[in-house]
Amino acid sequence: MCTVAQLTDIMKLARSLVLVLLCLLAGLTASAASDFPQALSGLAEKSFKKRLGAINAVAVSGHERAQTVLEALAQRRLFVANPGKRLVIKTEAGGYQMAVTGEPAGEIAKPALKRVKTNNRLRKVIRNALGTLTLRSPDPARRLAAAQTIFASRDASALPILEVALAAETDIQVRTVMERARAASTLMGSAGEADKLEAISTIRQMGNQDAIALLSAFGDRAKGAEKAAASQAIAEIERTLALWSGAQNVIYGLSLGSVLLLAAIGLAITFGVMGVINMAHGEMVMLGAYVTFAVQEVLRTSFPGLFDWSLLFAIPLAFLVSGCVGVALERGVIRFLYGRPLETLLATWGVSLILQQAVRTIFGPNNREVGNPSWMSGSFELGQLALTWNRLYIILFALLIFAGLYAAMRWTSFGLQMRSVVQNRQMAGAMGIRTKWIDALTFGLGSGIAGIAGVAISQIDNVSPNLGQSYIIDSFMVVVFGGVGNLWGTLVGAMTLGVANKFLEPYAGAVLAKIFVLVFIILFIQKRPRGLFALKGRGIEA
Amino acid sequence: MIVRLLSRSLDHWSYGFLAVLVLVSIILPALHLLVPPGSYFHVSGYAIGLMGKYLCFALLALSVDLIWGFCGILSLGHGAFFALGGYAMGMYLMRQIGSRGVYGHPELPDFMVFLNWQELPWFWLGFDSFAYAAVMIVAVPGALAFVFGWFAFRSRVTGVYLSIITQALTYALMLAFFRNDMGFGGNNGLTDFKDILGFSLQAPGTRAALFSASALALGLGFVVCRLITRSRAGKVLEAIRDAESRVRFLGYRVERYKLAVFVISACLAGIAGALYVPQVGIINPGEFSPANSIEIVIAVAVGGRGTLFGPIVGAVLVNFAKTWFTGALPELWLFALGGLFIAVTLFLPRGIVGLVQSYWPRLPAAGVANRAAKPSTEGSTR
Repeated sequence: MCTVAQLTDIMKLARSLVLVLLCLLAGLTASAASDFPQALSGLAEKSFKKRLGAINAVAVSGHERAQTVLEALAQRRLFVANPGKRLVIKTEAGGYQMAVTGEPAGEIAKPALKRVKTNNRLRKVIRNALGTLTLRSPDPARRLAAAQTIFASRDASALPILEVALAAETDIQVRTVMERARAASTLMGSAGEADKLEAISTIRQMGNQDAIALLSAFGDRAKGAEKAAASQAIAEIERTLALWSGAQNVIYGLSLGSVLLLAAIGLAITFGVMGVINMAHGEMVMLGAYVTFAVQEVLRTSFPGLFDWSLLFAIPLAFLVSGCVGVALERGVIRFLYGRPLETLLATWGVSLILQQAVRTIFGPNNREVGNPSWMSGSFELGQLALTWNRLYIILFALLIFAGLYAAMRWTSFGLQMRSVVQNRQMAGAMGIRTKWIDALTFGLGSGIAGIAGVAISQIDNVSPNLGQSYIIDSFMVVVFGGVGNLWGTLVGAMTLGVANKFLEPYAGAVLAKIFVLVFIILFIQKRPRGLFALKGRGIEA
Repeated sequence: MIVRLLSRSLDHWSYGFLAVLVLVSIILPALHLLVPPGSYFHVSGYAIGLMGKYLCFALLALSVDLIWGFCGILSLGHGAFFALGGYAMGMYLMRQIGSRGVYGHPELPDFMVFLNWQELPWFWLGFDSFAYAAVMIVAVPGALAFVFGWFAFRSRVTGVYLSIITQALTYALMLAFFRNDMGFGGNNGLTDFKDILGFSLQAPGTRAALFSASALALGLGFVVCRLITRSRAGKVLEAIRDAESRVRFLGYRVERYKLAVFVISACLAGIAGALYVPQVGIINPGEFSPANSIEIVIAVAVGGRGTLFGPIVGAVLVNFAKTWFTGALPELWLFALGGLFIAVTLFLPRGIVGLVQSYWPRLPAAGVANRAAKPSTEGSTR
């Protein structure tokens, strides 16, 4: 394997060397300086073919004036001044300069001027020629752009200049793109079969949609082994692309799942531990989002330097605000309704309406702008995966919250008391645990976590009084699907639903995917009424 | 036999209620049609439409009460059956527009022409006939309730789980109906109706007739509910509400009773929706929104569940309050509604009818409303 690759590399190098030598020879016999005026004079020719050749010659000459002249030609500012067939460029100021040297050409009478005409085909050639010219620009970014232009144009005539540029190129990234451009030009030109096969393998390594487009365009014209190689390469690229898009879907799904997890995990505690249906849970999330908004407003006006740290202030504050509202809700309403889950549901729905309207009255009905801190904005690419930082941070954040909550339930004395109350309320009370306190604190904890979720959701969603409404049904679905009273169930439930949703989306569209997931859960509950990870019990009526 | 059955089921309070309903359905339209507009006694077309709407909500509330108050099934998705009935009526009304639409297509409703559809989808066929539409108004909600209830009750999904999945059901339907390619007008729904059974919907006579029809439907719904709850099966339903497992152990097929009453309730809700649509002139996916379903549940709770008068009183009161608040103090409406939810569940568990009963014990107990208020054992995970 390795030796073959090395061998092809050596062959490529040798070929480049030969070309460079040829070019040098050409350069020696007729130096670029004298080459350029000659090529330029071809532009004044009447014959279309000669002018076409002249454009390419101007480009290949690599003269410093070449670009100016070609741009002038493209912009219809290049004229032939008689007598003497001098080529002049009309400057933007209105004067004229010599095309060859750039010196002022003095006053020229209008009748003596004749515009050098272009047509569509010539304009295309000029565009490509300009692209190839910049291949030798000292700026790597411009060289890169030029190589990409050539790749996109698949211009076979650009091949010679590409070879020259490749030989001189040192930047690895630009080199790769140039090699691809050369492969594209080779495929579209009249090279031999071996060259074309090699070009196909170069293109195959790109492995993206551009490569497929190029190969299928080539495959339409090619025959025999070349055609077979092209279609094989296309199939291979499509396979890898499918894998990448699958991976991308998983990432999107995990991202959606982590948002669901954040929204649902507080609910899992209140619903799972206390059997309380809290329809106002979504509003706790909304309160968290508005706390973020308020914190950012204060920082923006008073301490602009701290804006990047706004979330750090918002997280504990949101926990406190939502937690306090939660405790107040438990003490004020819910404790009178224990054992009457349906009434609890209605009462908490009433609370959610009041909270929504309160926020609407205070902050107004419109969406509020919550900014991303600089370290959370932007995106990056990993292979062919497009990842945004804020989604990535939210996935991490959700897992962190989950781990923290799990640890608190597992290893703190509060967690122990909480679990004992879940398992057997009377017995826990008999052992001296103040079950009512545990109820209030648990409710506060669940609501506080919802507030933290609101901080995260404010980074990716609109902050409006209706924010909670859009999450409440999804959150319930996650909890019910995962199994009540089990944090692992919530994690698995949220991630499963998130990923399933994103995998269905390409086939069914966003709305239909959501409907499918809802219908699936409705059917799933029929089969396992207590969710994926049900607590085992012997009661007839759980 | 029917007479005997009726006379056994209806007490003098029920006769009184039905008499009032008949009087209302005659007098209000008469005041609307016969008294000149300037007169003090004239009832405007707006008022007639509004009260017709209240009657439809009352019928919907009655259907919710039939399953919640008498069988302990709290459906948070009854708005779905209401909206399906409404859509069935809306489809009939759309077909009646004929070529009078904006695009003047003889066959297709405007939104289909707009979407460049060439022919009617199969599920729109037949809706040009009122008889077919009338069957569908009952059959579609009934069929959905049958399928949904079949699965849910067979696998013993009860209590809050059932409430949540009914909510998910109406939410899923809302999302589905918002889609343009569902063929139900998408976001805008069905509107611009012209006439029903050949009568213009704008004519005062038609509006008055629709009002009377709503009152009639409410009366019939009341009688049906009364027949069910006073029958032997009604006793079983109440027993299921109070102790489902015990009823099952006694040998009753609990899921069959539940399924039957759930389907009947869905049909009543569908009829309510069908009468609602021509009176408000539009049906759109917003009717599926979970908030609507919960609002009607609270109307039942306000009036007093487990009684048949309760939901009717509750629905009229809550909707009247809504009309008044959203007109006079729109900012405060949600505060008032939210407060109502909390206050009723905390302080008025038996609703207004229950409150009146406690001061005036001679009022009929209407079923076993007293027990309905007690904590049920179902779903008490605590």
